[in-house]
Amino acid sequence: MRLDVRLPIGGFFTLLGVLLTGYGWATRGTPGMAPTGVPIDLVWGAALLAFGVAMLGLARRSSPPGPPLRSGERGRQDSP
Amino acid sequence: MTTLGWVDYAVMLLYFAFVLGIGAALRRYVRTSEDFFLSGRSIPAWVTGLAFISANLGAQEVIGMGASGAKYGIATSHFYWIGAIPAMVFIGLFMMPFYYGSRARSVPEYLKLRFDEKTRALNAVSFAVMTVFSSGISLYAMGKLLHLLLGWSFDVSILIAAGVVLAYIFLGGLTSAIYNEVLQFFLIVLGFAPLVFLGLRAVGGWSGLVARLADHATAGGFAPGAYTHSWAFMGHASSNPVGVEWFGLVMGLGFVLSFGYWCTDFLVVQRAMAANSMTAARRTPLIAAFPKMLFPFLVILPGMLALVVSPTSGVRAAAPAVSSTSTTSPTSRASGAPSAGIVPPKVDAHGAPLRDAAGGVVLDYDLATPMLLLHFFPAGLLGLGLTALLASFMSGMAGNVTAFNTVWTYDLYQSYVRPGAPDAHYLAMGRFATVAGVAISIAAAYVAASFNNIMDFLQLVFAFVNAPLFATFALGMFWKRTTGHGAFAGLVAGTLAAAVHHGLSLPAGAAVGVKGGYLGVVATFPSELAQTFWTAIVAWVTCFVVTILVSLATKARAPDELRGLVYGLTPRPVDTAVPWYERPVALAVVVLTVTVLLNLVFF
Repeated sequence: MRLDVRLPIGGFFTLLGVLLTGYGWATRGTPGMAPTGVPIDLVWGAALLAFGVAMLGLARRSSPPGPPLRSGERGRQDSP
Repeated sequence: MTTLGWVDYAVMLLYFAFVLGIGAALRRYVRTSEDFFLSGRSIPAWVTGLAFISANLGAQEVIGMGASGAKYGIATSHFYWIGAIPAMVFIGLFMMPFYYGSRARSVPEYLKLRFDEKTRALNAVSFAVMTVFSSGISLYAMGKLLHLLLGWSFDVSILIAAGVVLAYIFLGGLTSAIYNEVLQFFLIVLGFAPLVFLGLRAVGGWSGLVARLADHATAGGFAPGAYTHSWAFMGHASSNPVGVEWFGLVMGLGFVLSFGYWCTDFLVVQRAMAANSMTAARRTPLIAAFPKMLFPFLVILPGMLALVVSPTSGVRAAAPAVSSTSTTSPTSRASGAPSAGIVPPKVDAHGAPLRDAAGGVVLDYDLATPMLLLHFFPAGLLGLGLTALLASFMSGMAGNVTAFNTVWTYDLYQSYVRPGAPDAHYLAMGRFATVAGVAISIAAAYVAASFNNIMDFLQLVFAFVNAPLFATFALGMFWKRTTGHGAFAGLVAGTLAAAVHHGLSLPAGAAVGVKGGYLGVVATFPSELAQTFWTAIVAWVTCFVVTILVSLATKARAPDELRGLVYGLTPRPVDTAVPWYERPVALAVVVLTVTVLLNLVFF
């Protein structure tokens, strides 16, 4: 694979998690920020942050991407 | 009308930056037309699997299934547990070896290899038209929604969304579309999961939802469990909100439409064809089946919740244009109340609620999920939810555009306009076709406005185009005697049969015209879906019979010419190179077992 797709996904959700967690923390206690009693920005922002970091960790653990495929090179066929 | 905060715009900008960044990062890897159209057949199975499902996760899924959830209840899960999973297992186990193993670059090209040029041309043209229509519906739904909820300009909304999709496909081709579809998949799942959590919490969990929908069902003249049981009331069309009996459902949706879409539609098959091996290609739809079987909880439940949630339980006051004045009315059709839960009525140009022939208010079911989102999500999470909606529109559109540019370039332009040109020429044509596909989609968005439910409309389109197609593929792949003349005649006859059946039938309460009856009303169906399912059945049977008869009357190709294209003349795929739990058969057993259990739990 040319670019590990987990890198941009991890980066996106990490930044999104930081944004939502920070906003949720800054606005905690504000009326309308806790539907059904749950401070949802804070809670879900943290969950997204954890997901993003996990994706980045998985991308980092995998082997580095190989060289790009040559022009016209096709995928292997491991069965008839 | 809801006003967004800076944090909501920040979430959207972050998303746009990443999808465009992915396109830009992948641009340097696009050197040949195969890189652009087929990702160089280099993508691992888990990525193509999530892209396979995400390309289908467009507006018709998120908005349309939410709408159907509000309209039909949990019976909408039939679109997944019988209307998708069996077909996804079938294509993974039995059909992918022919698609991938034949080295065809598209589904129409497989038809050329198996049958002949005219069959390929017929399929390529009809498919190209269908993709731009679907893409236009996505755009239309998005523009309408953003205008209604946020007051954004319809024209500007669709131009920006289409422009972003155009940019990342133009830069990175199919790989860019697939990578973004994986990002969009996670965004949609993680964007809607808290909506279901908050909604269920507000109504007292699943048992609270069942109790509230029981009131709704009895007020509409159904048994109390009609909205929360998927099979129990399918004995007769009049005893369930879908208006379909079990045979029409199983044959029309579960067999003809489902297999016609999942097993032959190049939009999804293209993702599997980009896989890096035969085993990966076969695993692609099976991996996709795991999230697919759980999607009812993500996209149908919001619609059901919107129907019964109290308008006063949210984080902000309902918007004036869609406000509710009745919190207890189980059904507006029964009581004449302006809305049900937070699902608003459809309004005319003067803002007055639309009413049907019986005087009941017509609800705007397509707004069920978006209204729930505005209802529960505070600033910040609202940006995430709206961005997830945008992602669903864009992933659906990107899937259509990448399928369109490939079919146009390989199956129409290279075959009939300019064969034998250098590869760079076709790469350039692919990029031009991307621009043209987006432009036609924008035009199609303006003609997609006359249907109450997006899903019903798409099912109608599929009935005309896809339903006969599966008969062609089934016979072509599993009966070596099938001929090109038989396939072509069957496809034409099947499509005509669909049009004739639709023209001679009408859903109850509908006016003659685009809903049917334009050739004279011979049959009346309890619902539009029932009419669509039976139209599909008629098309499939016609194609099947005509293909067999014409094939028997024409000369078959020699078996040697059909190796790799027909079951029985092709060696069975061997998957011993991967652990048992990664083999397609093992995955299929797990998928089917869980699907049966889900059907039993919600029976």
